[in-house]
Amino acid sequence: MSLDSQPPAAGPQVGADEWVARQAGRREYLPSWMGDAQRRWERIGWWPRLAIVGLAAAVLPLIGLGGFQLQVGIDTLVIVLLALGLNIVVGWAGLLDLGYVAFFGFGAYGFALLSSAQIGSSGIHLPAYLSVPIVMVGAAILGLLVGWPSRRLIGDYLAIVTLFFGEAFVEFTNNVAPKVLGGPNGIVGIDPIRGFGLQLTSNTGYYYLLVILAVVTMAVLRLLDSSRTGRAWRAVREDPLAAASMTIPVNRVKLMAFSFGAVVAALAGTIFAAQQISVFPTDFDTPILILVYAGLVLGGAGSIAGAAAGAVVVMVIYDGLLRSPTDSGYLFYGLILLTLVVKLRPWRRLAAVLAATAALGFATHAIARAISASAVAGGPQSTGWLGDALRYWVTIPANATALGNWGYVLLVCLLIALVQVKGRWRTILLVPTLYLASFVWETVLSAQPAVTRQLMIGAILIVMMIARPQGLLGSRRVEAPT
Amino acid sequence: MAFFLQELVNGLTTGALYALVALGFTMVYGVLKLLNFAHGDLYMVGAYVGFFVIQWFGGPSHVSIPVPLLLVIMFVLAALLVGGLGVAMERFAYRPLRDAPRIAPLITAIGVSFFLENSAQLLFGAQPRIYNTSEFISLSSGIQIGSVTIDSVQIMVLVLAVLLTVGLRYLVNRTALGRQMRAVAADREAAEMLGINVNFTIAATFFIGGALAGVAGVMGGLLFNQVTPTIGFIAGLKAFTAAVVGGIGSIPGAVLGGLLIGVAESFITGYISSTYSNLLVFLLLIAVMLVRPSGLLGRVQLQKV
Repeated sequence: MSLDSQPPAAGPQVGADEWVARQAGRREYLPSWMGDAQRRWERIGWWPRLAIVGLAAAVLPLIGLGGFQLQVGIDTLVIVLLALGLNIVVGWAGLLDLGYVAFFGFGAYGFALLSSAQIGSSGIHLPAYLSVPIVMVGAAILGLLVGWPSRRLIGDYLAIVTLFFGEAFVEFTNNVAPKVLGGPNGIVGIDPIRGFGLQLTSNTGYYYLLVILAVVTMAVLRLLDSSRTGRAWRAVREDPLAAASMTIPVNRVKLMAFSFGAVVAALAGTIFAAQQISVFPTDFDTPILILVYAGLVLGGAGSIAGAAAGAVVVMVIYDGLLRSPTDSGYLFYGLILLTLVVKLRPWRRLAAVLAATAALGFATHAIARAISASAVAGGPQSTGWLGDALRYWVTIPANATALGNWGYVLLVCLLIALVQVKGRWRTILLVPTLYLASFVWETVLSAQPAVTRQLMIGAILIVMMIARPQGLLGSRRVEAPT
Repeated sequence: MAFFLQELVNGLTTGALYALVALGFTMVYGVLKLLNFAHGDLYMVGAYVGFFVIQWFGGPSHVSIPVPLLLVIMFVLAALLVGGLGVAMERFAYRPLRDAPRIAPLITAIGVSFFLENSAQLLFGAQPRIYNTSEFISLSSGIQIGSVTIDSVQIMVLVLAVLLTVGLRYLVNRTALGRQMRAVAADREAAEMLGINVNFTIAATFFIGGALAGVAGVMGGLLFNQVTPTIGFIAGLKAFTAAVVGGIGSIPGAVLGGLLIGVAESFITGYISSTYSNLLVFLLLIAVMLVRPSGLLGRVQLQKV
C-alpha cells in the first residue's frame, strides 16, 4: 500500500545530505500524464508559477465566488499567511514555536488598539499605512524578546516556553486591563484598512488585499530562502553545533527566524482584525495554532508551496465540514475515496475492497432488516442522492447516538489495528473499517460538525507525521545515523 | 494565620494532584525524551471514567454498593483503562516516530492531545458532568485542627498521593522493571544491547504514567466536582509547569514541583486574585525556564556530540 513512484525507504541513507535527498526527490514523478504536467510545471521557474497561482486566486471571485465562499477564501488566505510565517520558524529554522498564534493575536490586538475607540476618550484612529508597520515592528521586537530564551534553550525547552507564552497571551487578553483590552468581550468596532483616501469595506477588497499580500510574502520568502540567511537557518536546523563551527552566529540566526515569523503573523493579524471588525481572546487560542500546524505539516514543513497548499487544503476541509450534512458528507466520502484511489494499488485490490465494502453494507442492511424493522429505522444524516444511495446500505437503528459513540470507539481501535497488521490482513480489515466509518459518520460525526472538524485536524497531524512526515510537497529529510 | 494554613492545606491537596500528573509526564520524558503534550488529556479521561463508574452504580445519591468499594473500583478502573490508553497512544502515535527528528513526535503529541480532547467532546458532550461528591462522601467528617479543616476527600487525596509516590519510588529504585527504565532513560541503545526489552519498558512507563494520571483524574473529579473535555489541557499545562519547575526527568522534582505549583496557585488565588492565578503561574514557569532551565532538582544536561 505505498505510492508506486516512491523509492523504497530503507532507513536513512548514509552520506546523503539534504541536497542529495532533494535532488533525488526531484526525480520522483507521478505516473503518466500527471508526471508530464508536473515536469512542465517545475521547469517554468518559481516566479511565473507564483504569478499563475496568484492570478488563479484573483480570478476566483470573478467566476462566482461570493458570500460564504468568499469568507472561506479570506479565512484561508489568513491561515496561508500564518502557515508561511510558521514555516520560517518550524520549517527552516527547526524551532518548535507553540506560541506562534500569540503573535497573530498581538498583530490583531495591536491593530485594534491603534484603530478603534478603545484608548483615550475618542480613541486612536491611525491610517493603515502607519498602524500596520507599527504593529509589525512591535511584533518583531516581541519576537526577539520571546525568542531570547532560545539562546540557551534547546528544542523541547523552547517549545515549553513558547507554549506558555501563547497561553499567557490568552490569559492576558482575557483578564488584564479589561477597560482597554475588553476582557472576554474583546474589542469591537475596529476601523477598516484605510489610507491615502481609500477605504476597504467589502469582502472582495479584503480578498484581493490578502491575495496580494500572500503572493508578495511568498516571493519575499523565496528570495529569503535562497539567501545567506536562509541557508544559515537550514544549517542551524540540521546541526547547530556544526553550524556554529562554520562561524554561523547560531543564536542571532535563531532570533531572526523568530522575529521574521512573528512579523508575518502580525501582518496576518492586522488584516484579520480589520476584516472581522472585532477581536476576541478565543480567536487566538490553541485550535488556531493546531490548524496552522496541520496546514504546515500536511503541505510539508520547509517548503513555501507546501505551507501554502497545505493551509488551503486544511481550511477547505475545516470550513467545508461546517456546511450542511450533505455537503460535508460529499467531502467525507470524497476524501476517503481519494485516499483509497491514491494509496491502494494495484487497482484490482482497490476494486475488490470497494466491492466487498458495498456487498458488506447491503448484506448487513438486508439481514438487520429481516431481523427487525427498527434496526434500520434511522436514516442517514446525508440527504440528496448521497442519502438515497446510503439508505439501503448503511444500517442505522432508531436513536443511534449511543451506538454511534461505541462505534466511534471501535472505529478508533480498528484504525489502530489497521496500522499494526500487515499485508493481506490489512486489506481484509479495511472493509469493515470503511463500513464502520460510514456508520459513525452518519450517526455521530456529521451531527456535530464543529467537533468533527477539530478531530479531522488532530487526525491529520498524527497521520501525516507517521505516514509522510515530509508532507505532500516537502522534501524528505535524510539524517545520518548518530 | 488560620487563613494561611487553610490555603496551605488546599494548595498541598491540589499540588498532590498536579504531582501525580507530573510524575507520568516526567517519567515519559525520562525514557523517551518526549514532551507528551497529550498527558493532561489522560487525566481528563480518568475523571470521566470515575464519573461513569458512579453513574453505573446508581448515581451519586443512591450508590448501590458501599462507598469505599465504589472508590476502590473508581480508582482501579481509571488506572487500568487510562494506563491502557497510554500504552495504545505510545504504540500507535509515538513508536513509529522513535528515530524521527525530535520535532516530529512533538507535533504528533499536539495532534494526539487535540484528538483526545475532541473525542471526549464528541462522546460525552461539552456540558460539564457533575460528580456530586458531597452526596456520597460526607465532607464534614474530616480532621479539624484549630481553625483549619481538612475534609475527608482531601485526606484521601493526600494519603493516596503519598502512597503512590512512595510506591513509584520503590518501583523505580528497587525493582527489575525500574532498573530497566533507568537504563533506557540513560541510554536506549546500550540498554537494548544489554538485552533489555526496550519496547516493553517504554510501554510499561506509559502504562504507569497513564495510570497515575487516571487516578489523579478521579481525585480531580472528587475534589473539583465537575468534568469537562477541556480540563485535561489546563491540568496538562499545570503538570508541565510542575515537572519543569522541579527539573524535567526527575521524579522527586516532579513531586516537589507539583506541590510548589499547587501551593503557589492557592496563595495567589487566596491573597491576590483568582483572575490572575493562571497568568501568574504561567509567568512563574517562564521565569524558572529563563533563570534555571534545568529546574530545581534537575541536572544540567551536557550536550553530547
